[in-house]
Amino acid sequence: MSTLTALRDVTFERNLSLRKLKGKLFEIIAFFAILLGIAMLLTLLIDVFLDGLPWISTKLITEFPSRFPDKAGLRSALQGSVWLMVLTAVMAIPIGVGAGIYLEEFAPQNRITRFIEINVANLAGVPSIIYGLLGLGLFVRQLGLGRTLIAGAMTMALLVLPIIIVTTREAIRAVPQSIRQAALALGATDWEVSRDHVLVYSAPAIMTGIILAMSRAIGETAPLITIGALTYIAFDPKGPFDIFTVLPIQIFNWVSLPNPDFHGLAAAGIIILLAVLLSMNALAIWLRNRLQIRW
Amino acid sequence: MTTTIQSLKSQNHLKRDREKKIVRALTFVFALLSVGTTAGIIYELLNETILFFREVSIIEFFTDTRWTPLFASKRFGVLPLVNGTLLVAAGAMLVAVPLGLLAAIFLSEYASERLRRILKPILEILAGIPTVVYGYFALLFITPILRDLFPETQIFNAASASIAMGFMILPLMASVSEDALSAVPRSLREAAYAMGATKFETATQVVLPAALSGVAAAFILAVSRAIGETMIVAIAAGQQPKLTLNPLQSVETMTAYIVQVSLGDTPHQSIAYKTIFAVGMLLFVMTLVMNIISYFVTKRFREKYE
Repeated sequence: MSTLTALRDVTFERNLSLRKLKGKLFEIIAFFAILLGIAMLLTLLIDVFLDGLPWISTKLITEFPSRFPDKAGLRSALQGSVWLMVLTAVMAIPIGVGAGIYLEEFAPQNRITRFIEINVANLAGVPSIIYGLLGLGLFVRQLGLGRTLIAGAMTMALLVLPIIIVTTREAIRAVPQSIRQAALALGATDWEVSRDHVLVYSAPAIMTGIILAMSRAIGETAPLITIGALTYIAFDPKGPFDIFTVLPIQIFNWVSLPNPDFHGLAAAGIIILLAVLLSMNALAIWLRNRLQIRW
Repeated sequence: MTTTIQSLKSQNHLKRDREKKIVRALTFVFALLSVGTTAGIIYELLNETILFFREVSIIEFFTDTRWTPLFASKRFGVLPLVNGTLLVAAGAMLVAVPLGLLAAIFLSEYASERLRRILKPILEILAGIPTVVYGYFALLFITPILRDLFPETQIFNAASASIAMGFMILPLMASVSEDALSAVPRSLREAAYAMGATKFETATQVVLPAALSGVAAAFILAVSRAIGETMIVAIAAGQQPKLTLNPLQSVETMTAYIVQVSLGDTPHQSIAYKTIFAVGMLLFVMTLVMNIISYFVTKRFREKYE
């Protein structure tokens, strides 16, 4: 009897250490999955930097695109990207934040509200190129705006709206109910509560969301190609009704050319694009850490 | 005196009330714009798609095995494009699903809070890199390696696009799965431990099955993202619509075709112009169906544990 128990204990112990070993092995493999992702990120960054660094020069900023790699630059693309960002922000920020306030603070609990919410969630999952087709059909053709900055910015604004709406709602939801109740008790209207209290407290988090949305817009390429933004622009865009190109489209164009010198230029363009994105994200993180109020 | 104060008071009140009503109405219109966007997308796609099907039979569209709308002898079988899309997406899933799931289990079950706070943001950077950059990486870094390993690899091929796309989608797969794993109540884990299960057995045989619908939702979202991804495939996968399961060959996806036509100077009324809307419509329906399925799967899993 006791030998049987002892035998069972021995097999159990042996079994247990095997089971634990299996677990340890799994933990290591799972950790390596993450490391592999990070290694890929580093490889990508190093590859781009090695390819692009020799091509970084002031020419990139001062010169227009050209058939000759030595003379080619990003001047029109950089200006186009700045124009597009500003126009997109002007349209998307008030509308997105406004819609977020409505859904979180004013909206009655009814079918229409539910419908709008489902719509926003669904729009966030629509591929960006579909927005490009919408922009092509609606803004470029039907409204007759042509392949202009304003048509591109309107398309981009629709694309980032769901992101701004969702992050605004999350930011507003984080403001405690007691703040609202205090203001309402003193006789404020619900708009005054939102304007003077909720929006003030949630502003840093809303800003973080806006920056993330804008950094999405700055890297988007497909919808702008679809509405017909050009790859070769040799003048400075002067206003919203000019045709345009943007940084990622110029990069795409250079990658597509067979001459390896243009690939170097593309890598240099990517370095600039990543630098812009990195500073925007750093700003977002800084805002979140420094200004955000924790309740 | 009292009356003037009172009338001033009520005037002020009226003004504030009016402002409130205006803001409410305005923000309501802003919120409605999202419905307008969906309606606009459906209207624009449907409009040109109907015009397209006046010229091309719907049976040809879904059964013909050749897609040559830009050639002299035009054939309008969308299957090669669908094949290219699914081939690249499937390859991307082969990378994103195992790695993403392992990453999610590690972050949710094994990593300390401190480690999690370091690893997760780094992993999320992968999702923030513009897709055109992944395209560059796929064509000029991954493809040369593939061609060294498998000499028959074509310059433009599905595999390089799949690998780059897989790493781009990894954070989405990891983060949605991790949310699902973390939502599994502590009591289930404690019950498993009390029964003598090891951490590994708890994670894989209790927590993972309990979170399965959330993981499934993550999977569907990832597939939907892969199908709609454009720039990586436009740069690295090629422009040859064909029916093949060989990832080392050049293919063309639905999105890459839309880009190909958009880059050319396509006249408004031409059949090529209409094809991109028909292909776009199919793409939209495919991703919509997947997003809806993922929505219902997530909803079910939420009801279970919260």
